[in-house]
This record gives sequence, C-alpha cells and structure tokens, in this order.
Amino acid sequence: MPKFVSSRLFWIGLVTVIVALVLPTYVSGYVLGLLTVAYYTAVFAMSWDLLFGFAGEVNFGPTFLIGVGAYTAGILDAHFSPGLSIWLCIAAGALAAVVGGVVLALPALRVSGPYFGLTTLVAVLMLQNFIVVAAGLTGGEIGLAVPDVISIDAKTNYWIALGFMLVSGAILFGLSRSAIGLILQASGQDKIQAGALGFNVTKHKLAAFVVSAFFSGLAGALMVFYMGTASVSTFVDVGVGVQIIIAAVLGGRRTVIGAAIGAIFLIGMGELLRPLGELATLIVSVIALVVILFFPDGFLGMIRGGAKA
Amino acid sequence: MLFWQILIDGFAISALYALGATGFTLIFGVSGVLNLSHGAIMVGAAVAAWAAASEFGVGPYTGALIGIIAGFILAFATYFIAVRPIQRSKVIAESEKEIFILTATLLWGIIIQEAIAYLFTNNAKTVLPIVDGVTTWFGVRTPKNEYFTAVVCWVAIGLLWFLVNRTRRGKAVMAASMNPRGVTLLGIELSSIYLTVWAIYGLLAGVAGILLGMFLGVSSYSVGPLTASAFSIVVLGGLGSVSGSLIAAYVVGYLETGTAYLISPAYRTIPALLLLVIVMYLRPQGLFGRR
Repeated sequence: MPKFVSSRLFWIGLVTVIVALVLPTYVSGYVLGLLTVAYYTAVFAMSWDLLFGFAGEVNFGPTFLIGVGAYTAGILDAHFSPGLSIWLCIAAGALAAVVGGVVLALPALRVSGPYFGLTTLVAVLMLQNFIVVAAGLTGGEIGLAVPDVISIDAKTNYWIALGFMLVSGAILFGLSRSAIGLILQASGQDKIQAGALGFNVTKHKLAAFVVSAFFSGLAGALMVFYMGTASVSTFVDVGVGVQIIIAAVLGGRRTVIGAAIGAIFLIGMGELLRPLGELATLIVSVIALVVILFFPDGFLGMIRGGAKA
Repeated sequence: MLFWQILIDGFAISALYALGATGFTLIFGVSGVLNLSHGAIMVGAAVAAWAAASEFGVGPYTGALIGIIAGFILAFATYFIAVRPIQRSKVIAESEKEIFILTATLLWGIIIQEAIAYLFTNNAKTVLPIVDGVTTWFGVRTPKNEYFTAVVCWVAIGLLWFLVNRTRRGKAVMAASMNPRGVTLLGIELSSIYLTVWAIYGLLAGVAGILLGMFLGVSSYSVGPLTASAFSIVVLGGLGSVSGSLIAAYVVGYLETGTAYLISPAYRTIPALLLLVIVMYLRPQGLFGRR
C-alpha cells in the first residue's frame, strides 16, 4: 500500500481514533468499562492476526499466552501485594508469556497445519487443568482475587486501555508491513519457496510467536489489574480463544487493524444483544458466519470494496 | 475388583470414543475437512432423542430413531452451510480454505450449541436408555446399558468397515481419499462421494451422540470438550487413519478411566494430554498416520 496516507483506511482509522478520544466526555462509565475490555480483546486479536494472518499458522492457543501473562501477574500480586509494584507484576506477566511462547513454539513449529493447531489447543487445555489442580496457588475454578487494581476511575482505565491498544496496534501494524512481515507472509503462502530464497522461515515464525506472546501477555496482565480478578473463564478458556479467532477473521485477516475492529464489534454486539439472553451469542455467531461466507475479507474487505479481490 | 471395574468401564467409554472419532477421521480422510462442529452434531442428535423420548413420550426406540435423523440433518446442514460454499468459493485462496472451514464449522457449532441452550436450556439431559437394569460380572455391578453401548459402537464400526471395504460405493469413497482426481477420471462425481461420506458421518455422529446421551448424559456445555477429545484422539492415531483412531480411542479411554479410579477424577484428562504432547513431539504424524 504505497499511498497509505491517502487511502480510505487511513481516514477511517483517524476518525475512529478521534471518536475514541472524545468519547469519555459523553458516555457513561458503564460504556467506558465495556470499551476497556473491548480494547484489551482487540490487542489479543491483533497479536493472533500477526501470527496466523502472516505466518499462516492456525493458532488455537491465544489464550495460553494470555493466561500465562494474566496469571503470572495476578499470582505475584496476590502473594506479594504491598511489596511489589503493580507495574513489576505486569512486566513479569509479559515476560512469562514470552517464555511460555518460546516453550510452546519450539515443539509447535516443528509441525504444521492441523497438528500445529492441536499442539496449541492442548497447551490451553493443559494450562486450564493446571490452574484447576493447583487451586492453592491459582484460586482454581473460583478464580484468583487480586488485591490491587490500576485505578478505580473508569476514565483512567479507559485511557490506559486505549493508549495501550493504539501503541501496540501501531507496533504490530508496522511490523506486519516491515520486511519481517513480508517474509512471514511469503513463508505462510509457500514455505518451501520462501526457504529457497534464503529466508530462515522458522526463525521468523519464532520471532512472530515471541512478539505475539509479548503483547498477549501484557494485555492479559493489564486486564487482570483492570478487573481485579483472574479466572479461567475470562482468560484461558477455549471459548475465549474462539472469540479472538472469530474477531480476527471477521475484521479481516492480514490487516492487524481489522482484528481490532472485529474484537470491538464482537464485544459491543454481545453487550447490545444481552437483553435477548441466550439468543445473543446465537445472533452474533450467525452474523459472523454470514460475513465469513459472503465477505471473506471481513469488515475491512467490505470497506475497501473488494479492491484486493 | 478395581481391575475389572477399570477394564469394563474403560472398554465401554473407549468404544464410545472410537465411534465418536471415526466419523470425524473419515471426513478428514476423504475431503481434508476438520469439522469443528462435531461435538455440536453429537449433542444435537442426543438432545433430539432425549426430547422425543422423554418430553414427547414416544419411547426409547422411536426417540433413538429421531435422534439419528437429527444427526443426518445436522451433518448435511454442516456440509451445505459451512463447508461446500467455502470449498467452491473462487474468492478465497486455496491455501486459506482450511482456516475458513475451521472458522465456519466452529461458528456453525456455536450456533447449534446456542440454539440447543435456548430451546432446551443448559441442563444436562439423559437419553432414555434402550436397555434397563444392572448386571454383575466379575463382582462389578455395571448397568446393562454400558455393555449395550460397547456392542452398538463395535457393530457400527464393523458396518463401516464392511461398507468401505466390501461395497462398490465404499471402495469409491476409499479411492477418493487416496486420489480425488483419479476418481473423477473414472467418471465418478466427487460431489456425490462427499454426500455419501457426510451421510455416513451423520449416521455415526448421531449414533455416538445418542449412546453418549444414554451413558453419560449431555448438555450444551459438552459441545466443546467433545470436539476437542475427538480431535485429540484422531491426531494421536494419525489424521485420516481409521484404525489409528480406534487404537488411540482405547489408549485415551483407558488412560482416563485408570487415572480417574487410581489417582483422582480431578486428574482424569491430564495423562492423556501429556501423552498427546509427547507423541506429537516425537511423531507429528500421529501413531499410525501417513504423511
């Protein structure tokens, strides 16, 4: 995309950011709280898109990285509360996610396709089992109560989440447009050819895994200190991972920004339809399925008017 | 006593796992589709059988029949709604069809799951068993239904074997799994093969779902775990290898039952998951997979 600044995408992005910036003046704390969660989810989805969209690997385990980050930060805070600063806990969470990402990537990158998918899925199931079995440390099925929060003010939390989403979005987007992103894309489309051109495919995928893990873990840790609690159902469950994948595909793969739009849409729709009770998830899933079947390039593809096709 | 208990319970649960995974592996073997709505189809068939037998009072036999029909309908719906449009799409790149089918079948599974939750609540449902009563073998009291489950599973798997190896249609299906293009050269429509496979799949998933509903009970919460366990068994055995998934089903079934009885039900799934990780590390194509 050479004329990026003059593209429609850029202007839509700019308007969206301006709306997001003035929003806290006009809406209630409840809406801000919802958007705060949506922004963190957006980071999860963008991190996933970097790994899948560009490296072409179906990662079923985004919540493994998120869970490791979230629980590391939460457990540290729960056990050393006043002595250890929140920010140290968050940094430790991000670091632990990176370590977890490398541990997961080493066996996972040796396989591909469905096997890669399953390796990452098993990682999530193992983490979930571990959390339930080590209840003394992790709070088990009930969840882990974290004594500290970043702030109790809805606006402060909103600003932190928004800022974090914009910064990580910019970094991930920049990375996807850089030489590394191009190599990843090439290796995703034709692994052997990319290797023949002299690119170390595995090294680049590992790098994508590490970056993805860093942002997922960081977002998970920040979200723990926003919610004041960590539980399997919000951070680790396979269902959460499914939502992240759907968000990224729905928004438009290989766009990074689309993943964020998809995540905000999913959270917003889910909440909007909440009065319908059980039907809410059903309707959101039907919408997502229709978009995937008829607009495979997702929301961003719709905005661009199928220019890519 | 405990030994016999593990042996009997493990045998029944493993037979059920084997039947549940067979349809999944068949679809993958023939058309390369990983159907992530598998669990939802099984639960859908079970809930239909439960509703017919218990709520509308048609009795266990008619109930089971209605459940099987539901399995058929759901399998065909999956194919026509979530799989075929993507396979035939000209907009989606060939290399990306896999992730699209995964996502679409996943969403379709969620749609079935939520529809079940909406219409029939999240409560666990037990399908009216066809055989009642308890019998004592080797000092272990076991519901007769447990033996019935194991027998039906093996009969169904046997029928599948017969169909694939001894009938013309079945041989065509087998051939298509090895070389789809070659089969079309012989003048056999690939799309009709796919329909046959999805029909067999609907039957297998339907029967497995109903038996599961009689044996352990199901709810909309079982959808995800059921898909995940079929997926792991199939990968452990080797994607596309039916005999591999049968053996893997027994390995996983006995590991889980043994762990539950000897250590603690809380640790039930952990050894099987560990084994899966080890196998994938040493032998990514699974125990009996071809690459």
